[in-house]
Amino acid sequence: MNSDTHLDGNSIGSLLQDLFGREMTDQRACCDACGAINPLATARVYVDAPGHVVRCAICGTVVLVAVTVPTGVRISFQALRWVELAP
Amino acid sequence: MSLISRGFQRRREVEASPDRVPPGQYVTNDFPVLSAGPTPRISAEEWRFRVTSERGEETTWTWEEFSALPAEAVKVDIHCVTKWSKLDTDWRGVSVDTILKGVGSSAAFATAHSYGGYTTNLPVVDLTGGKAWIAFQYGGQPLAPEHGGPARLLVPHLYFWKSAKWIHRLELRDSDRPGFWESLGYHGYGDPWKEQRYAGD
Amino acid sequence: MERTALRGRLTWLEAEVVQLVQETARVKTIVFRVPGWTGHLPGQHVDIRLTAEDGYQAQRSYSIANANNNEHVALTVEAVENGEVSPYLVDELVAGDRIELRGPIGGYFVWEPSLGGPLQLIAGGSGLVPLMAMIRSQMSYASPVRTNLVASARSWEELIYRDELEKLSRERDDFDVVYTLTRSQPHGWNGYGRRIDKDLLAASTFAVEEAPLIFVCGPTGFVETAAAIMLELGHQPGGIKTERFGPSGG
Repeated sequence: MNSDTHLDGNSIGSLLQDLFGREMTDQRACCDACGAINPLATARVYVDAPGHVVRCAICGTVVLVAVTVPTGVRISFQALRWVELAP
Repeated sequence: MSLISRGFQRRREVEASPDRVPPGQYVTNDFPVLSAGPTPRISAEEWRFRVTSERGEETTWTWEEFSALPAEAVKVDIHCVTKWSKLDTDWRGVSVDTILKGVGSSAAFATAHSYGGYTTNLPVVDLTGGKAWIAFQYGGQPLAPEHGGPARLLVPHLYFWKSAKWIHRLELRDSDRPGFWESLGYHGYGDPWKEQRYAGD
Repeated sequence: MERTALRGRLTWLEAEVVQLVQETARVKTIVFRVPGWTGHLPGQHVDIRLTAEDGYQAQRSYSIANANNNEHVALTVEAVENGEVSPYLVDELVAGDRIELRGPIGGYFVWEPSLGGPLQLIAGGSGLVPLMAMIRSQMSYASPVRTNLVASARSWEELIYRDELEKLSRERDDFDVVYTLTRSQPHGWNGYGRRIDKDLLAASTFAVEEAPLIFVCGPTGFVETAAAIMLELGHQPGGIKTERFGPSGG
C-alpha cells in the first residue's frame, strides 16, 4: 500500500492567492535546500496534518507551512530562496 | 456573516459518554493517518533509538536491545488536535520510565525527534510516572509505518501530535524548546481536557 | 481603496443549486448559479464553504467540470464514505439550496486555446473532472485541437460522464477516448482491464513526435505512475502537467 498521501501545490492555490493577492500556482520558486526551481504547483503538499506542509518535490525539504490559528492563517517560510512573480 | 448551509452539521460518528470525550472532539472508529511528510520505512536492522541527556551523554538501543526491555499492554483513549478521538486503543510498548532508568538526568524538558525530521516538546514529568510509552504494537500487530512504526512515542493524556511517530531520539534538555507544530502556533503543552490547541488557549 | 487593488483577492460568493445530475451511484454533478462569477478556465477549481447552525465551518476544494458558461459552475462530487462535506453535497443538497463558493483558483493546471495542442489527457477516477472541463471547452471552439483521453476507472458503472464521452468519440474525428477498467469489466468488454502501465500508455497516447500537451489528474499514486511513464516514453518534463486528487477529509 502506498500510504504516501501527499497532494501537490494545486491544492493550496487559494491559500497562496490569499497570501500574494494573485494566482501563484504557475509561478516559479526556488528551494533553498537544493536549489531546484519549479512551479509552486509541483510542490508536494501534505494536508492530513494540523496544518498544510509544503515540501520541495525534488529534495523533500519543508519549504512552507500554513497553520490556521484563532487569530488567522499563519504562513511560515521555512526554506524558499525566492518566489518569482511573472508580470 | 456566513451563509448557513441548510441541514449541514459537524461530523458525529460514534455516540460516546461525554466524560470520555474532551471538549470539541468527536469520536471515530477509524484511525486517521496524519502526516507532515513521507512515511519513513525503517527496517529493524537500521532502527536505533537514542536518549541524549542534558550533559550530552548518549544511550542507544538497537531493535534487538529495545525488544528485550520489559513491555506492557496499554489501553487508552487518544485525542487528535484535528478533533477526532478514538477510544480504547490497544498498544504494547516500553514505559519511558524503563527507558530513563539507566539514564542519569535531572532535565525538566524533552524534545522527541523522529525519523524524517519531525520534533515535538514535552515536560519530562509528562513522560514519566507511567504516563508515556515507546509503543511498537497496535491492536496486537507490529505498528504499521503509517501509524509510526517500527516505534512511536505514546503520550495519551496530551493531544496526539505529542505522540511522535517514528521516534528516533529523546533529547533531554534544561530548557524548553518548541517543536515543529508548537513553533508555528500550536500549544506548548496540549492538554485536550483544557482544549489547549493553540498557544494562549 | 481602488477596486483594482483588490483584484486577485478571492471573495466568498453565494452559489445557488440549479441542477443535480446523478453520474454514478455515489457521484453527482451539482450545477450552481453564482451571481458575480467572473468566468473560469478549464482545469481550475473552487473552494466551497459550509456553515452549520452552530457556526461550525468546513471547507473543501473541487475542480470545475463545465466549460466557462456565464454564471454557472458545475462540480462533480463523489460521496466519500464517512466524509463530512461530500455526503452533504451529494445526498442533502436540492435545487434552490445555497452554499458559499470562491474562485476560480489555479493557473498551472489549466488549458487555454493559446497553448495549442494536441491535447493528451490521462485521468484516474474522479481526476477526470477537470479534464472533462478541458474536453467540453475544446469541443465548443471553432477549431478545437486534437484531443485524446485515457480514462481509468474501477468499473464501467463507476466511470463518470461515460455517455457524453461515448457520444463525443462517435461523432468527432478530433476526439478519441481509451478506457481501462481496473476492477471489473462488463461482459464482452474488449477495452483494457488493468492499471495503467507503459505498454498501455505507449499504445493509446500521442507519440512523442506529436509533442502533445499532457495533463494528468487522479489519485497521487496514479498521477506519479502516469507521469513517470510519459517521461520514460520520451515526453518533455515541461510538457507534462499534473494534479493530485486526495480523498482526504471527504
